Amino acid sequence: MSVYTQPGTDGSVVSFKSRYEHFIGGAWVPPVKGQYFEDVTPVTGKAFTEVGRGTAEDIEAALDAAWAAAPSWNASTPAQRALMLNRIADRMEENLELIAVAETWDNGKPVRETLNADIPLAIDHFRYFAGAIRAQEGRLSQLDEDTVAYHFLEPLGVVGQIIPWNFPILMAVWKLAPALAAGNCVVLKPAEQTPASILVLMELIQDLIPDGVVNIVNGFGVECGKPLASNKRIRKIAFTGETTTGRLIMQYASENIIPVTLELGGKSPNIFFEDVARERDAFYDKALEGFAFFALNQGEVCTCPSRALIQKSMYDQFLADGVERVSRITAGNPLDTDTMIGAQASTDQLEKILSYLDIGKKEGAKVLIGGERAELDGDLAGGYYVQPTVFEGSNSMRIFQEEIFGPVLSVASFQDYDDAISIANDTLYGLGAGVWSRDGNTAYRAGRAIQSGRVWVNQYHNYPAHSAFGGYKSSGIGRENHLMMLDHYQQTKNMLVSYTENAQGFF
Amino acid sequence: MSTPSSPEDPSPANTADAEHPVVLEATAAVPGETTSRVGFTGPAVALLQELWEQHGPLMFHQSGGCCDGSSPMCFPAGEFRTGAADVLLGTARLPSASGGELGDLEFWISAEQFEYWRHTRLVIDAVPGRGGGFSLEAPTGRRFLTRSELCGI
Repeated sequence: MSVYTQPGTDGSVVSFKSRYEHFIGGAWVPPVKGQYFEDVTPVTGKAFTEVGRGTAEDIEAALDAAWAAAPSWNASTPAQRALMLNRIADRMEENLELIAVAETWDNGKPVRETLNADIPLAIDHFRYFAGAIRAQEGRLSQLDEDTVAYHFLEPLGVVGQIIPWNFPILMAVWKLAPALAAGNCVVLKPAEQTPASILVLMELIQDLIPDGVVNIVNGFGVECGKPLASNKRIRKIAFTGETTTGRLIMQYASENIIPVTLELGGKSPNIFFEDVARERDAFYDKALEGFAFFALNQGEVCTCPSRALIQKSMYDQFLADGVERVSRITAGNPLDTDTMIGAQASTDQLEKILSYLDIGKKEGAKVLIGGERAELDGDLAGGYYVQPTVFEGSNSMRIFQEEIFGPVLSVASFQDYDDAISIANDTLYGLGAGVWSRDGNTAYRAGRAIQSGRVWVNQYHNYPAHSAFGGYKSSGIGRENHLMMLDHYQQTKNMLVSYTENAQGFF
Repeated sequence: MSTPSSPEDPSPANTADAEHPVVLEATAAVPGETTSRVGFTGPAVALLQELWEQHGPLMFHQSGGCCDGSSPMCFPAGEFRTGAADVLLGTARLPSASGGELGDLEFWISAEQFEYWRHTRLVIDAVPGRGGGFSLEAPTGRRFLTRSELCGI
C-alpha cells in the first residue's frame, strides 16, 4: 500500500499551476475575453486551479492555428506521424505516476486505476495507431487492361473533438491518436468538469508536436463547445456524451455537411447463465468479479454493467455471493493505491446519483447493500463519495432503464435463454454487454443476439486497442479503439486513370 | 391519479416532493392526457427567468445516455430541432420575476425515450453545479436537474 501526497502539498509527484491558459498554435494563450473558471477536485470538493473560459473567439484562434499547421501536417509521412505518436507514448510512460495522480486529482477516480488502466491504455493507444498508420495501405483496382482505379487515403484537414469527463485523458487519446495518425490537425475541447489533467499532459508532450497540430480550448459547452461543433471550418466532429447533445451536434453537422462520430452511452446488461454456478472454482470467482465490475470508475463508464441478469435456478446463491464480493470493495482516499472506489467526478453527478438512490427506494426496489452517500473523514469529507449499491428489482423500473452513471447495480432474474436476451435487448442503447457461461455455444449465441457493439464474453471492462468499440441503436455512430477509426478521419481520393492513347469513341 | 383534472387546470399527476415543491406546472400536451407531466421548482423558475432575460425564449429537451444523460437540456427556443422522433411533454407559461409573463416554454423528449419514461413525471429543479452538454445554464454555476417521480398517468 502507498498513498500519494495530495497535489498542492510538499512531496506530491505533480504540481498544478494556479492557472492554465488555452494551448493554441504551440503556445499557452490567455482567453480572448480574459475569463477563467475554477477546477474542483472531487477528492476534497475544493478548487485547485483555474482554467481558461473559452469562447467563440478562442475557438476561431485555435482553428486559425490548426489550419496554419494543416498544409505541412496533412502532408506529413506516415513515418513522421508514427514517430511522433511513439515519442508521446514514451514520454507518457516516463511520467506515468505524475499523469496518473493528476488524472485522479482532476476526476476523483482511484489512483490504482489511473496507474494500471487509464494511462497505460492511453500510452498503448498512441503506439497502436503509430503502428496502424505505418501498415495502412490505399487500394487499387485494375478495371481493365488500361484502366486503374487508385484509392488514396488523405487526411480530412482540421477536425473538432469534444471529450467527456469520465476518462479525461484516455477519451482524449482515443480521439487524438487516430486523428493525428491520419494526418489531421485537431481542436479539442475537454469537459468543463475535468479540464486540467489533459493540460498537464500537454505540457509534458508539447515539444514533441508541431505547433498548431493539437490545440486545446477549455470552456463551457454552450460558450465553447457549440462554436466548435457548429463551425464551418472543421471537417469532422467527434463527441462522447449524452443523446440530446449528440443529436444537436448532428444537427450542426448537417448544416455543414460534415461527418460525425458519436459515443452516447448505454444501460449495459451483464448476463450470468446458470452453468456459471456449476462449480465453485476460479471461473465462479471470476464471474463474481464480473458482477462487481459496476463499481469500476465509480460506475462512471458508458458501458457500466448496471443491469445484472441472473438465471433463476442459481439466482439466490449467486446474488448472495455477488453482494458479498461487493461488500469487500475498499472505498476511501483515491490517492491510496489500495482504494478500489473513489469520488464521483462532480457535485452534479453526486446529486444525480443520490436522486436515483431515492427513486429506486421509492419505486420499491430492495437495497441489498449500500444505498447512501459515503461519508469520509478529514479533508475527504467535502468530496463526492457514494457507497457501491445493489438494488433488486425488475427491468421496468427506472433504475434499470435510466443511465445513473454511478456505482449502482440493478439486479433481476431471468428464466431461460430467450428471457435473458429479451430483457437484455429491452433498452434504447447498445454499447456494451457481458455474457457469462461455461458453455461456448450459449455464450456465442447470446453474444450474437445481444444488440450492442461490444459484448464481453466471460470478462468485462477490458479496453485493449485493436478491439473495436462503438454503439448500436441510440448509443452512437463509429468504432473507436481500432484501425477502422482511421476511416472516420480520412477522405478517400479515387484517381481513375486511363493508360491508353486511344479515344473512348463517343464523339 | 384518481381524479382527472381539466386541461385548463393542469395539476400534478403525483404529489410533489415536499423538499422540492413545484411552483410552475406545464400544461398537458401528450395526446389523450389531461394532467401535467412536467413541473418546475422555485429555483428552476428563477434560473429560467435569468436565462430568458439573457437569451430570449427557451426550450428544454430531456437527454438520456452517457455522462450527463438524464439531464434536462435548456436551449434557446428552436436551437434544438424537434421532429417526428420527439414528444412534446408539456408547455409552461413562464412568469416574469415581477409577476408578468415571459412566454411559453416547451419541454420535449425523444419518442423512444418517452416509451421508457412514460410512467415518470418530471420535476425540474436547479442545484449548484456546472451543467453539461450545451445547456445554457452551465456558466451560471447552477444546473437543471430532473427529479423524476412515479406517476399514475
